[in-house]
Amino acid sequence: MTEPSLITQDLTIRFGGHVAVDAVSCAFRPGELTVIVGPNGAGKTTYFNLISGQLRATQGKVMKGALDLTQMAPSRRAQHGIGRAFQLTNLFPKLTVLENIRLAVQARSGQGWRFLTPVHRLTGLQADAEGYLAKTRLESVAHLPAAALSHGDQRKLEVALLMAMEPDIYMFDEPTAGMSLDHAPDVLELIAALKQDRSKTILLVEHKMDVVRALADRIIVLHNGALLADGPPQEVMDSDIVRDVYLGKSPAAPSRASQEVA
Amino acid sequence: MTHAPSLASPKQTWGALTVKLLVLLVAALLLFAPFLFQDTRSIEVAARICVFIVLVASYDVLIGYTGIVSFAHTMFFGFGAYGAAIALRTMGPGWDAIALGASVGCVISIVVAAAIGLLSLRVKAIFFAMITLAAASVVMVLASQLSQITGGEDGITYKTPAVFKTAYKLLVDDHGKVVRWFGVKINGKLAAYYFVYASCFALFLVMLRLVGSPIGTVLKAIRENEARAEAIGYRVVAYRTFVFCFSAVVASLAGTIYAIWLKYTGPKTALSFTIMIDILLMVVIGGMGTMWGAVIGAVLLVLAQYYLRDLMGSAAEALVNVPLAPQVLAPDRWLFWLGIIFILLVYNFPKGIAGTLADKGASR
Repeated sequence: MTEPSLITQDLTIRFGGHVAVDAVSCAFRPGELTVIVGPNGAGKTTYFNLISGQLRATQGKVMKGALDLTQMAPSRRAQHGIGRAFQLTNLFPKLTVLENIRLAVQARSGQGWRFLTPVHRLTGLQADAEGYLAKTRLESVAHLPAAALSHGDQRKLEVALLMAMEPDIYMFDEPTAGMSLDHAPDVLELIAALKQDRSKTILLVEHKMDVVRALADRIIVLHNGALLADGPPQEVMDSDIVRDVYLGKSPAAPSRASQEVA
Repeated sequence: MTHAPSLASPKQTWGALTVKLLVLLVAALLLFAPFLFQDTRSIEVAARICVFIVLVASYDVLIGYTGIVSFAHTMFFGFGAYGAAIALRTMGPGWDAIALGASVGCVISIVVAAAIGLLSLRVKAIFFAMITLAAASVVMVLASQLSQITGGEDGITYKTPAVFKTAYKLLVDDHGKVVRWFGVKINGKLAAYYFVYASCFALFLVMLRLVGSPIGTVLKAIRENEARAEAIGYRVVAYRTFVFCFSAVVASLAGTIYAIWLKYTGPKTALSFTIMIDILLMVVIGGMGTMWGAVIGAVLLVLAQYYLRDLMGSAAEALVNVPLAPQVLAPDRWLFWLGIIFILLVYNFPKGIAGTLADKGASR
């Protein structure tokens, strides 16, 4: 088995008395797509925030290989190959689609500090950005401000930004949330294509069980911030744990979840 | 005639084109100003416009591009002006004094900007603005208290290099008299004006380069969505501190240029909060987040400050037979009318003149 690329050790965060993520220890390996499931409020997004650095852990560690990321700012984690897409669309609204993507490309290639060369002369940078534009089929809106896009296209741009960062660790937080049925497959195809590249580690928060079935190599279940189950998809989905978590112990969980699990 | 929007390149709206043409026109008018408007007042106005374009543009890099609100911009302007003034007074008129004064002004600006930036750019925008306000007030008090060095409230008068003296003959004819071109004496005053024009032009080009290069997009990204900029790998604090230092240096150099032009530096010309308010008005009127806006805002406000009174005076005279009109338009009420003009401008051009015009003709 390959060495884990990302490890969380006893990862914990407390907000006052509330433990949002509770001593989660988990290792993720390259070439593996792990889906993180759990009802609303289970701590999935908080867990992501701890890994990508938006939140600092109260306890425990985040390691990328042998590198300790725990105290690093989000920007340094990004430079070390942690790529994160957000659940709520989180773009640069007044900048064009192409500029949004170019920002990710130039951050990765370390050109953010160039301040005397006009952008249009950096053809490599532009071509690179246009490549991701083509991959995510956003060419037709390249010069529109991100805020002018449809919700589906904004979600695609969110994924495009992540891909343009070329991280080692891809973290998708409900990439198809709120997308129409005809748009969702686009994004899922992109993720499936990433899976083919066996060197990438992919983490995915997702509720739609058909998506989970199609893509997951492994499922982990979070509940009340704690790691409840971890294993191959069929095994976890057949166990009672998922059912209990969604139906039994969490009365507030929407009926949507129950249908999907069932 | 309709055509599909081009996918390859962004469309240039006619509004954006108009803005660029306006700016070109301003550049051309300023270039030939000494020949087009041959009186001493006009050349003062032209020089002030040049300096303020740079000052306002450097402030716009902060507020319009990066979204940093600072009230310390005149402080940096003052560092440059006082640096040159003190050096010229103590070392005598020479380029070495100017070089030293400008460099000292820049170094102080960088140090102070970096200190304020690193200490406080992490905090919320409103606190940062307050800290800059405090720093600017401290410097203003210092400038008036350390009167042995700064001349206190009276300021400093000094000589600049001989080539900038009005009496200096740049070109002489056979009789030893100064040559005139189109009726304009080719003297030191003209040399001083073109020194101001050329250095301001160069500084403006540097800023255009900055906002048009990759870092310019990063700055806009920080303004738009700080957290995401951080998440894709940009150290926001470092970029903010850099841009704060950069705009401080440009403001400081603008101060040096203005000090050389005026041959006088005092709190009123280099440090007062009135200048800060002028800069803010110019940025808002011109349009934030566009270098062209700085040009338009600076031109309009400086012109209004110098000529609105005259204009009203002649209007009052012309309407002397109309009841009430002369009283309403009396030159003493020029500030009142200036205020009304501002309100109308902000109301009709919510994104500033350049910003609102540039959106015209966009197909949305």
